[in-house]
Amino acid sequence: MAKIEDRALAPSASLNDDIGEENRLRMYRMQVEIREAEQRAYDLFLQNLVKGTSHLSLGQEAVAAGCAAAMKPGDLSFCTYRGHAHTLARGVSIEKVLGELMQRDNGLMRGKGGSMHLTSVDHGVMGSYAIIGAHLPIACGAAWRAQYKGQKDVSVCFFGDGTTNIGAFHEALNFAVVWKLPVIFVCENNLYMEYTPIGDVTAVPNPAADRAAAYGLARIVIDGNDADIVYRTAAAAYEKARAGGGPSLIECLTYRYSGHSRADPAKYRPEGELEKWKERDPIKLYRERLKQFGVSEDTIVAIEEYAKRRVDEATEKCKAAPPPATEILTTDVYADGGFAWRN
Amino acid sequence: MAELTYREAVARGIAQEMARDPDVVFLGEDIGKAGGVFKATVGLHEQFGPLRVRDTPISEQAILGAAMGAAMTGLKPIAEIMFSDFFAVCFDYIANEFAKSRYMSNGQVKCPLVVRTGNGGGARFGAQHSQSVENWCMMIPGLKVVAPSTPRDVIGLLAAAVRDPDPVIFLEHKSLYPVKGEVPDGEIVDRLGAATIVRPGKDATIAALALMVPRAIAAADKLKTEHGIDCEVIDVRSLVPLDTRTILGSVTRTHRLFTVEENPRLCGWGAEIVSIVADEAFYDLDGPPVRITTPHIPLPAADILEDMALPTVERIVDRVKRAMES
Repeated sequence: MAKIEDRALAPSASLNDDIGEENRLRMYRMQVEIREAEQRAYDLFLQNLVKGTSHLSLGQEAVAAGCAAAMKPGDLSFCTYRGHAHTLARGVSIEKVLGELMQRDNGLMRGKGGSMHLTSVDHGVMGSYAIIGAHLPIACGAAWRAQYKGQKDVSVCFFGDGTTNIGAFHEALNFAVVWKLPVIFVCENNLYMEYTPIGDVTAVPNPAADRAAAYGLARIVIDGNDADIVYRTAAAAYEKARAGGGPSLIECLTYRYSGHSRADPAKYRPEGELEKWKERDPIKLYRERLKQFGVSEDTIVAIEEYAKRRVDEATEKCKAAPPPATEILTTDVYADGGFAWRN
Repeated sequence: MAELTYREAVARGIAQEMARDPDVVFLGEDIGKAGGVFKATVGLHEQFGPLRVRDTPISEQAILGAAMGAAMTGLKPIAEIMFSDFFAVCFDYIANEFAKSRYMSNGQVKCPLVVRTGNGGGARFGAQHSQSVENWCMMIPGLKVVAPSTPRDVIGLLAAAVRDPDPVIFLEHKSLYPVKGEVPDGEIVDRLGAATIVRPGKDATIAALALMVPRAIAAADKLKTEHGIDCEVIDVRSLVPLDTRTILGSVTRTHRLFTVEENPRLCGWGAEIVSIVADEAFYDLDGPPVRITTPHIPLPAADILEDMALPTVERIVDRVKRAMES
C-alpha cells in the first residue's frame, strides 16, 4: 500500500474564481456543521443517548461538502452506513439526523432505520446502505431511469475503499459503462477497510482508481481533504454525465479520525498517522482558503458559531423528543401501510 | 379464446403491461435479441425496442440493483433472473434491499418491481438449476410471492404483479413452459392473494402450487375413479399475500388437508399452511394434515432419481389413500 506521503495529491486549488464566494461559504458551513454534528453524535454516544452503532465521518467532511455543493436540486445521493455527512450535506436537518441516531420520534425515519440507513427522498438522499456495495447497482438503476426518461439528474454513489473488493462494485462499474449511465462513483479512500489497512487486502495501491482502466474509465485520484478540488472534480463528472458522457469513478484520498464504528478505538493505526492527517484537516485547510480569498475572520467565526448553535438546538430538541410511537412497529412493510400477509 | 403455451403467455403478459404503461421496462440476461433462454420473451425486443427490453451482462446483482434503483425513482421494472437458483448470488437485493427499504425509510422509498424467474425441477438440470425457492422468498417481510400454474394465470398474475406497488417475486415453473392452455382474448388482470379451487371435492383438500397443481388434479381424478375419494384441489397461486380464507373454508368442508410441495421438506410453504390450519381449524380436522414434499436432499440430475424426489401423481394418490384409510 502506498504511504500517505507517497500519494500523488492533486495540486492545490488555484486562486481563480470558478467556484465563487457563495459556494465556498456554503461548503465551509457544510463542513463545519458536519464536524459539529458528528462530534456531537460521538459525545451523545458516550452519554448513552446515541444507541446502536454509528460510523462517523470526522476528517472526511470535504468529500461530502464538495460533492453535494456541486449537485443540483433533483440530483440523487446514495450513501453507505457512514452516511451522516452526505445526508447533512444535502440539507437534511441536524435535528432529524440526530433524532434518528438517538432513536426518537423526531428522527428522519422515526427510529425505524437507524444510523446506518439515513434516507430523505425529499432531499435526494435515496438511502444509506449497510450491505457493502449494494447501492452501486441501485444508483445505476436510478441513473437508468434518468436516461430512459430523458431527465437530467445524476446519481452520485458514495462508498469506502473496502467496497472496491466486493463483487457488486465490479458489476456496477461494468454495467454503468456498458449502458453509459449518468452515475458517479465516489470512493472515499480513508485508508482502512474497517480495522485493516486497505493495502493489506487489495491487489493495487489505489483501490478504486487502479481498477478504472478495467472498465474503460479515466483514472481519477484527488485530494479528498480539499473541498475545492472535490467540488471541481465532481462538477466536471456531473456535467459529463448530464451530457450523456456516461459514468465516472473518483477516488478521494482522505482519513477518518475515529474508528470504523463506535466500537473501534482504532488502535491499529501507526503512531503519528492521525496527527499527520490532522495537519491537513479539511476544515483547517478550508478556513485558510477562505482567508486567502479575503473572507473576514468575523464571517468565518459567525459560520462556526451558527453551526455550533444549530447542533446545540438540535440536541436539545432531540433530548426532549419522545421515543417512536409504538404503533409504527408494523407500519409500512407493504404499500398499503401495514404488514398483512394473509386474509 | 386462444390456446397458448405457458411460455407464450409470459411474453403476452409482459407485452400487455408494456403496451399499457411506458414506465414498464424489462431487463435481464438474453431476454432481448435472443428471446430468452426458455423462449419466454420472444418478440418483445422487436416490439418495444432495445431501450425498454435491455439485455444485461451476467451480473445478477447489477440486474436486481438496477431494477430497484429504477423502481424507487419512478419506473416499473420487470427483472429476469434466468434460474431461481441464481437468487443465491443476488439475494442481498431480495432479502435486504427492496424488501426492507420501505420499512426502514418509514415509508419514503417505494419499490414497485417484479422479479421473474424460472423455478422448479423436472428438467434434469441438477441441484443448482432445479430448485423451488418459493420458501426462500416467502419468509421475507416486504415481498409478495406468486407462482402461476396455467397460461391464463401467467398473464393475469403477471399483470397484477406489475401493477402492484410492492416488490413481487414471480415464479414461473420451468417444466410448465411447454404446457398449453386456453387463454381468453383481451386484457387479463388478476389480483394477488386469491387462491382458486380448481377441482371441487368433498372428502379432502389438496393445496398445491405451480407444477404440483396439474399433478394434484391428476391425482384427484385417480383417487375419485379408482378409490372413490373425492378431493378438492386448491391452486394456492399466491404465497404472499396468502388466501387463507379459501384454504380454511375448504378444510372446514372436507375435514382433511394435504399439501403438495416441490420445496424440500424443511420449512416448505406447506408447513406454514398446516400451522395455520392447526391453529384455526383444528377441531374441523378428522385426521392429521399431511405434507407431500421433496425429501431433504439437493435435487439429482438423473431422470430416474429426480422423478423419485419430486412429488408425483402416484405418490400423491398413495399418500392420500393411505391417510384416508387409516
